[in-house]
Amino acid sequence: MTDGAGNPQIVTMRLELRNITKAYPAVIANDDVSLEVLPGEIHAVLGENGAGKSTLMKVIYGVTKADAGKILWNGKAVNIPNPAQARRLGIGMVFQHFSLFETLTVAENIALAVEEEFDLDALSTRIREVSERYGLPLDPRRLVHSLSVGERQRVEIVRCLLQEPQLLIMDEPTSVLTPQAVRKLFETLRRLADEDCSILYISHKLEEIRVLCHKATVMRGGKVTGEADPRQETVASLARMMIGRDLPVCEHPEFDGGGEPLLVIDGLSQKSDDPFGTDLKDIHLSVRSGEIFGIAGISGNGQKELLAALSGELPIDRANIAPITICGVAAGTLRADGRRDLGMAFVPEERLGRGAVPPMSLSDNALLTGHRTGMVRFGLIEDALARVFAERCVEDFDVRCAGVHATARSLSGGNLQKFIVGREILQNPRVLVVAQPTWGVDVGAAAAIRQALIDLRNAGVAIFVVSEELEELFEICDRIAVIADGRLSPVKRSSDTDMEEIGLWMSGMFPGGPAAEDVSHAV
Amino acid sequence: MRFKIEARPQPSARMAYLSPLIAVGLTLFTGLILSTLVGTNPLDAFYAFFIAPIDDWYGLGELGVKAAPLMLIAVGLAIGFRANIWNIGAEGQLAVGAICGGGLALWFYESSSVFLLPAMIVAGCIGGMLWSSIPAFLRTRFNTNEILVSLMLNYVAVLILSYLVHDPWRDPSGFNFPESRLFTDAASLPIILDGTRLHAGFIIALLVVALGWVFVRKSFVGYKMQVVGMADSAALYAGFRRKHMVWIGLLAGGGAAGIAGISEVAGPIGQLLPSVSPGYGYAAIIVAFVGRLHPVGILFASLLMSLLYLGGESAQMLLGLPSAVTGVFQGVLLFFLLAADLFINYRIRREPAVSPIVAATAADTEVTP
Repeated sequence: MTDGAGNPQIVTMRLELRNITKAYPAVIANDDVSLEVLPGEIHAVLGENGAGKSTLMKVIYGVTKADAGKILWNGKAVNIPNPAQARRLGIGMVFQHFSLFETLTVAENIALAVEEEFDLDALSTRIREVSERYGLPLDPRRLVHSLSVGERQRVEIVRCLLQEPQLLIMDEPTSVLTPQAVRKLFETLRRLADEDCSILYISHKLEEIRVLCHKATVMRGGKVTGEADPRQETVASLARMMIGRDLPVCEHPEFDGGGEPLLVIDGLSQKSDDPFGTDLKDIHLSVRSGEIFGIAGISGNGQKELLAALSGELPIDRANIAPITICGVAAGTLRADGRRDLGMAFVPEERLGRGAVPPMSLSDNALLTGHRTGMVRFGLIEDALARVFAERCVEDFDVRCAGVHATARSLSGGNLQKFIVGREILQNPRVLVVAQPTWGVDVGAAAAIRQALIDLRNAGVAIFVVSEELEELFEICDRIAVIADGRLSPVKRSSDTDMEEIGLWMSGMFPGGPAAEDVSHAV
Repeated sequence: MRFKIEARPQPSARMAYLSPLIAVGLTLFTGLILSTLVGTNPLDAFYAFFIAPIDDWYGLGELGVKAAPLMLIAVGLAIGFRANIWNIGAEGQLAVGAICGGGLALWFYESSSVFLLPAMIVAGCIGGMLWSSIPAFLRTRFNTNEILVSLMLNYVAVLILSYLVHDPWRDPSGFNFPESRLFTDAASLPIILDGTRLHAGFIIALLVVALGWVFVRKSFVGYKMQVVGMADSAALYAGFRRKHMVWIGLLAGGGAAGIAGISEVAGPIGQLLPSVSPGYGYAAIIVAFVGRLHPVGILFASLLMSLLYLGGESAQMLLGLPSAVTGVFQGVLLFFLLAADLFINYRIRREPAVSPIVAATAADTEVTP
């Protein structure tokens, strides 16, 4: 049992990176990065989006090859050309986005990663053993599509554990978990560390790192900007290391109860046409002018379907017209453009390919939904107006780009998100629907986006936010509800509830919720 | 050692414009090799192919005569292609345009009205549109594949034309040849350059190219079609109707091909024949892509393709090469263009095999966990 911090005897590092450099055509993702991980150490790699964390992990896991630098594994120089080699060395990685086949069982999914000969029954027994030993209960016979997101993550972790890794890389593992599930995950990780497995923990959530990790390496702009013992630091001091200045705070004036309801859903039930989608079940809600209404929930519980029903992108079903009212007008039979004409704006979850056309310039992308602001006259495009609009958007929302002629796909995810949010806000909507407002956006810019939403709410706009980040919802929302298995929980003022309660509700345990009876099913 | 094709992180914008030129260069080079192989002096071949056809006014006029239908059709097709609507049926739409416009000319054979010619052009345009509305309707209503439908309709249209000139519309004093009566002057496009066959259809084609440019670069509908072509979900997100785009894309191609059809029969041909096009409807697809689906590019590409047609004929006459040589050059050009385009977005990377030292290290760690 080795505690990572301050053991004076000479220990061979589990992993040592020396002067790793990796440059892409447009950016140096890793610039002379060095890092040491002790056996049994939980080591945080902390940094904003675009700081180079993911590239560094890809180098370690053999997904990409560094241009320069050395990797030492248990004291020996190694070359890791591909993930299979990394796994053979004893490196496991749990990705942020799972790579599981939904139509296969847990055991079959895991079998896909096993390289040697195996027997499915014996493998199932081993899966059960390992999963129980680490407090990750899993039934190997279940089909993956029937698993919750938390359970799917367990499959990924167990898949790594079966290889008996000496180093486990976890990329933003908590972004899909309830607070309760996060605590369970941490227990597992601590047990693994006690058994001498090192863990590289990638995150931008400072509080988690403070609670869990023995050591933190902070990255900014591709470089290591500091190392710290997170247990000795505060959230504010870690944030300062990460973004180079103090964490901005949003100003959020008191909620006055809101004005007239501008977005109303009155009993929406809808079957999903995706066999692995979620059916919406009798959803009632209303968003008033001057309020931010937040929907919390683990992803895959009906958020996508609810947003699609709101945005008007689904084909219109004449037999089952969606009971949606926008600014007092029944909008169930209107398409996306018709709903926008009523004063709704929408920021979708996928930016590239949906919120923006990848090969088009920002100026042309401003036209995509911004054409309503007078950019089209007699059927012809007023290029100058579109350019001015895009320039204003770039300036007001601090979009880092080469100019409004830059293509959407040349922007980083966070910057494109700022552009799309800006484009929707600058159209002066009366109702704004936003999915994952700050997903992938760096901390500083996230605060700016949240502030912009709050300012818009102060100006009397009705804002509907769907987010997986509870902290964010509590920071900006006036009222919160949870969606679980396509059902909506009771709505609470955010001042009358807390993360603990909403976290429980996220696993379906709310009055009338899918797991109101069955507490054991909770994730 | 393995070779791998991987996406380039940042495709070069300059190469997107240079690739047609590279393709033309490689086609020339291949042509020289081919002509050497069949025992012709490459310089003679080059002269016969590219200089001889256009070394006088008549030749230049011929260049315009052949380029006109190509640019017309290609501009129309490009509007659909930009929205990923694949109209392969221009050949048939051209034939139906010729039938409708030509039918009008035969119906009002006695007329010398100045309105006859414009009416024929309108009828040709409508005919092409009607023919392309069949794949549009089937696509939007039943989600059939417009590539297959439009392609198959080509054969139908050509057979209808063939039937008409073999029987009902056959010239009564034409010795039973399968051809219609010659159109009167009122039903023929005027010559615009004395001593050549260059007719007013060339001006119509240039006008359509200009119109196409406005549509593609300036109009909001053109923008919407571009969005549909580049990112379907973004079009859905913005509320642009894909069905409308399918209709516009197919009607634009059909209308342009129809005008090309009537311009051919009212221009250089002067009557209806069983075959009114030497494959312009297919060659225009190549023209559209060589021209980067952009009207200005298409203008130049159509001149190049026209030169290939003329060069093929001239090579038959001067060098005794087979007539298939035109088709060979068209195919080679398209091949090199697609190949050059691949390398705009992708590159080939050599991947070294896993070195034995690494394998040894891995084996070590497996023994000592």
